[in-house]
Amino acid sequence: MMKEYTDILAIETSCDETAAAVVRDGHEVLSNIIYTQIAEHTVYGGVVPEIASRRHIEKINYVIEAALNEAKMTLQDVDAVAVTYGPGLVGALLVGVAEAKALAWAAGKPLVGVNHIEGHIAANYIEHPELKPPYLGLIVSGGHTHLIIVKDYAEFEILGRTVDDAAGEAYDKVARAIGLGYPGGPKIDRVAKEGDPYAISFPKAKVNGSEYDFSFSGLKSAVLNYLNHARMAGEEVPKADLAASFQKAVVDVLCEHTIAAAKQYGIREIAMAGGVSANSALRAGMADAAAKAGCTLYVPSPVYCTDNAAMIGAAAYYEYRKGVRSGWDLNAVPGLRLGKR
Amino acid sequence: MIILALDSSGQTASAAIVENEIVRAEYTTDYKKTHSETLLPMLDEITGRVGISKNEIAAVAISAGPGSFTGLRIGSATAKGIAMALDIPVVEVPTLEVLAFSLWGNDAVVCPIMDARRDQVYNALFRFEGDQMVRLTKDRALGIDELAEELNGLQKRVVFCGDGIIPYREKLEELLLVEHLYAPAHLARQRAASCGVLGMRYFREGKAVPAAEHVPVYLRKSQAEREREKKMLLKGDRA
Repeated sequence: MMKEYTDILAIETSCDETAAAVVRDGHEVLSNIIYTQIAEHTVYGGVVPEIASRRHIEKINYVIEAALNEAKMTLQDVDAVAVTYGPGLVGALLVGVAEAKALAWAAGKPLVGVNHIEGHIAANYIEHPELKPPYLGLIVSGGHTHLIIVKDYAEFEILGRTVDDAAGEAYDKVARAIGLGYPGGPKIDRVAKEGDPYAISFPKAKVNGSEYDFSFSGLKSAVLNYLNHARMAGEEVPKADLAASFQKAVVDVLCEHTIAAAKQYGIREIAMAGGVSANSALRAGMADAAAKAGCTLYVPSPVYCTDNAAMIGAAAYYEYRKGVRSGWDLNAVPGLRLGKR
Repeated sequence: MIILALDSSGQTASAAIVENEIVRAEYTTDYKKTHSETLLPMLDEITGRVGISKNEIAAVAISAGPGSFTGLRIGSATAKGIAMALDIPVVEVPTLEVLAFSLWGNDAVVCPIMDARRDQVYNALFRFEGDQMVRLTKDRALGIDELAEELNGLQKRVVFCGDGIIPYREKLEELLLVEHLYAPAHLARQRAASCGVLGMRYFREGKAVPAAEHVPVYLRKSQAEREREKKMLLKGDRA
């Protein structure tokens, strides 16, 4: 008898989250288990790759077992095993890749290697099954900033990307400089609510000559310079104003590029994804900009914005349907580009 | 009863199938470190070659460290995945035992040394008593000078194995006062057959762990943790 559904067990260990999920037909999340290590990395001011890898190997079987249990399934019930194989921290990726390969091999299931950024985009299919390509995608996270056209499921054209720091990285660096600590995104977002976004004028994170690329390193330097000047002059730094003004500079450039691309390419549907898309100022700013431009904006719930395996299961479904299968020699590819295998 | 055995703790990648008293198959490579790409295809090749069915497998024996942090985790994750899928336990075999067991029956002190970088080796000492391999020290990371001094103190013949021979042989020649030998190439490095045969013994003795619980033994903290502890100690000194 033919099964009615395609159920995929997905595993994600690209950074500091050990995650597993079972996803039906690319959008129905039957389970979504995340073991986060953030607290442990906080004392180091950022993710320590070796510690992240050690926690992954300690937790991975428990997380996978919990995902199967919550979905009321055994490994035999799933149709395929999917795993993030890049981009990310190589040591961290390798744990998930080796585990997923071994599971699939021993259980006699097909294996599908998934690009982490593609996973972030696919997070939108979970809650918005009505979203269909083509549409414009903006992926903003601690490691990535991409503006793309999603031409078809698992087919992308990159319009712009960051030429230096990712948006989330700039958040972390600025948060550290004003003593808010790690992770910077949620901390700046919270403090910024008390501040005036027009208090300080920071430069736009644009790149001369390339319309849709981003550069957050200059913005970060401008913030650090501002702090230095204030300190040397013995002035107290208005933390909330600084956070709000920095955040406005980030949100403005992300919105401007996205809306400009939507207009140029005549696309009316925009999907945002990645950890930074959980940021309240970005969500509000983009919603406003999209509405003004007559576009529909899709954003996942915060739990699907930050790293999770449900999004990998969603992306894997479309790759699986296309016939993509990975071999037992699948390796981690830390610098994996979007749209490449 | 069949046990699968894996070792990716060092330069060699090795997979074996042990059935009771027989090593059905072993596949060992030692050319470059791409364990993530090679280990499972090697296991797939040998299981296909000798035609075992997966439900005959009673446990997965893993060379559990010390060794390359990343290499250990590739092996451990592979073992944990197979064991979880087949609902069987993992048998942890210390890597230094895997190395020493290749020199079974030797009447010298068996001294595996693995290059641990930072001027240290991973090491433990063993001797054979009848059929039994007896451990003389716990697994440790120590300087080659310190090890040579300890061996000189034992005043017994020593046989070395392990990938630490190449970087430290010259130094050992300088420091050692006791009679000593170096294992030939086919016995000098990690072999999954050795892991599997020892693993079979341990499994029969009831020494197996649930797959979820298995983690490799690194013998060392991460660099970030070491540096942080050092900083805290310095702060403590100043206070």
